Amino acid sequence: MHHLDITGLEARYGKNTVLSGIDLSVARGDVIGLIGPSGSGKSTILRVVMGLLPPVSGSVKLDGQPVDYAKAADVRRLRDRIAIVFQQYNLFQNMSVLQNVTITPTKIKKRPKAEVEEEARVLLAKVGLGDKLDSYPDQLSGGQQQRVAIARALALRPEILLLDEVTAALDPELVSEVLDSIRVLANEGMTMMIVSHEMGFIREVASRVVFMASGKIVETGPAAQIFDAPTQPRTQDFVSKILRH
Amino acid sequence: MLSQIAYEWPEFATYYNWVFLAGAAGTTLALSALGVILGSVFGLLLAVARISDGRLLLPLRVLAFAFTEIFRRVPFLVTLMLAFFGFQIFFSDVPLFVVAAVTTTFIASAFLSEIIRGGLNSVHRNQWEAAEAMNFSQLQTIRHVILPQAWRVILPPAFGFFVMFIKDTALASQIGVVELTYAAKVLNNKGFSAALAFGVVLLIYFAISYPLARLGAALEIRLAPSRHHRP
Repeated sequence: MHHLDITGLEARYGKNTVLSGIDLSVARGDVIGLIGPSGSGKSTILRVVMGLLPPVSGSVKLDGQPVDYAKAADVRRLRDRIAIVFQQYNLFQNMSVLQNVTITPTKIKKRPKAEVEEEARVLLAKVGLGDKLDSYPDQLSGGQQQRVAIARALALRPEILLLDEVTAALDPELVSEVLDSIRVLANEGMTMMIVSHEMGFIREVASRVVFMASGKIVETGPAAQIFDAPTQPRTQDFVSKILRH
Repeated sequence: MLSQIAYEWPEFATYYNWVFLAGAAGTTLALSALGVILGSVFGLLLAVARISDGRLLLPLRVLAFAFTEIFRRVPFLVTLMLAFFGFQIFFSDVPLFVVAAVTTTFIASAFLSEIIRGGLNSVHRNQWEAAEAMNFSQLQTIRHVILPQAWRVILPPAFGFFVMFIKDTALASQIGVVELTYAAKVLNNKGFSAALAFGVVLLIYFAISYPLARLGAALEIRLAPSRHHRP
């Protein structure tokens, strides 16, 4: 059984169709790399899966269970198991690093505070921010904020982690520290969907690469196939352009 | 003018007059405090109702919208008169103070609701989205994430409104509530010069509103997290 099963997914922003007929199956422990030009709908897939944009049609199944996005209870259950890290970090500006990581487990999931804090310290140390617990987001660099956002998502103990262009807003120098954190997770067997323009990174960590254009999936396959021997002309065009740089 | 005041002073500064003024000051203070406190509470509720979503809450949104738009647009005095005559028809034995208190609370709620709504809306959308993705309810998001970031935007205009509002409670004198302005008129009618009667009242108004402004400044530092001030 697939961990996440997306079939015939369609979504719109107003009258613009941004996703049409997306079929994508994610097995447990899969690391899916979503690539494609801007506006191709990569991030939108993550937003729809997360329930932040209601789909027009199609289905999403989590462990074989269909999710009805019109039902609040279904969405809540799904969000208990899937976490997302945003491109702009979206850290809570009014909270310290530690509070950002602990607030949801303590206030929303009602887990004991001492246990959550202990776990948060471990997670923050793991992403290299053990000494920044009391800093506020606006005192951190972009790379540090993004790693806090990753720790915050992990503190939810998700089964699936969605990463939305997590390095897009970062200085090139800061990219590697964030990628290191993600690489560790991939090696630990976390199911992930990664939207990224870091082709070298996708090639390295993704168990499968999905190339999208104009709201559709053009080609899916192992990294070696997509990057070295793409079968579709659209993919060939994209890959030849990005690899030239 | 000063010699006139000095001449009248011994007669003005009687025990009876001070008790009268103290009572009037108490009424002004009570009207202001009720307006500020209840107005803030109801204003927050109205603002939250207005930014709520979901079809179930639509009637609440419409009601909150109508309430704020009406009471922000009708002059204070007109609302006061309407309330005064309305109460006379339906509950004629209600004390005037209650009529004035209800009206001031309505008006303060309407104005503060808009100030608070503006503050809540000033917080970046991505904060809502992050909270939603982690299963925060709307109220939990407002309480833990949005409101703490909105204080910075809400407090200055809110305290500006409070200071203005204390002066506006003077209008309650028009329906016969014995507050400070009414008391000054009474003393003036008794033969004390306007300079003395209204001058003393002016000082009392100042004494009520100045500490409030200081409190506002202190709260701004305490509650508004920014690069410069951390709680």
